[in-house]
Amino acid sequence: MSLTAAIAAASVKAGESGFEAPNAGIFNLPEVGAGVTKSMLLVGLSAVLILGFMIASSRKASVVPGRLQFAGEMVYGFVRNTIARESIGSEHFMKFVPFLFSLFLFIVVNNYYGIVPLLQLPSFGRIGYIVPLAAIAWLTFIGAGIWKHGFFGFFKHATVPHGVPSWILVLLVPLEFLSNIVVRPFTLTLRLFGNMFAGHLLLALFATGGAYLLQDGNLVHGGVGILAFLMGIAVSFLELIVMFLQAYVFTLLAAMYIGEAIADEH
Amino acid sequence: MDGNLNLIGLGLSAIGPGVAIGLIFAALIGGIARQPEAAGTLFGRAILGFVLAEALFIITLAIAFVIK
Repeated sequence: MSLTAAIAAASVKAGESGFEAPNAGIFNLPEVGAGVTKSMLLVGLSAVLILGFMIASSRKASVVPGRLQFAGEMVYGFVRNTIARESIGSEHFMKFVPFLFSLFLFIVVNNYYGIVPLLQLPSFGRIGYIVPLAAIAWLTFIGAGIWKHGFFGFFKHATVPHGVPSWILVLLVPLEFLSNIVVRPFTLTLRLFGNMFAGHLLLALFATGGAYLLQDGNLVHGGVGILAFLMGIAVSFLELIVMFLQAYVFTLLAAMYIGEAIADEH
Repeated sequence: MDGNLNLIGLGLSAIGPGVAIGLIFAALIGGIARQPEAAGTLFGRAILGFVLAEALFIITLAIAFVIK
């Protein structure tokens, strides 16, 4: 539910007794039409926005970049240098930069929907949109490892640590397999989902709670309501940081997994 | 008020990662103060630690809403 609609709903309820805090149901919006939801439209829009921005910023590329080209190159340089090269190593990192770059832009744009006025719905608050991203990242690092070390070589590389007495390997190999292969896509998904979900819920809570308290008719409650709105604004600024950080972290972890998978034995 | 014990557990489970994230960034600031030129490398490592500490809470958050 966009925040404005949530506030309106809270205003209607203010007449009745009791305040109903927003719950996970605020992500279940009515369909826009023909099985299309708002999140679907937003995800589609993000693809258009990113394509448009990248085409516009790289179209008339010159040696001395203009403003738009500079902005595009800054984002690209950030992903290529501080994420990909640092984590994958300077030998193979260029193969993975296109994947990491599109991953980063896609997540950043979809996260910031949560704070854009009138849109105000982070499409990654629905877990279904993140599962494919995590699955692609998972397949990519496993594929990269198999490409580098061979099928059995990769699983040996990923699950058998060096310099460990052989009797303890019985215990260690299943644990390493679990933490290096099985759990990774789940934590990738849940981290991004949890942050977007909780952030949106928090904003909705402050907005609806503030609206309810303001219309309560009690002067003290009204003061607290204003405080709630101020907290909502403060949390919005926190969300600005979190939204970027989560996109960065998702891309960084994807890059680190790839870098770990194709690292040389030593 | 309604709700269940899950939410109390959720609040309790935020303590551990909260302390951990505080320690991680305290160490980061200390490290940068001692060696400002290493800030870039340290930041990446700190974010990795932050992410691992945060993951515990995020998993709890998901589970708290799943288990009735």
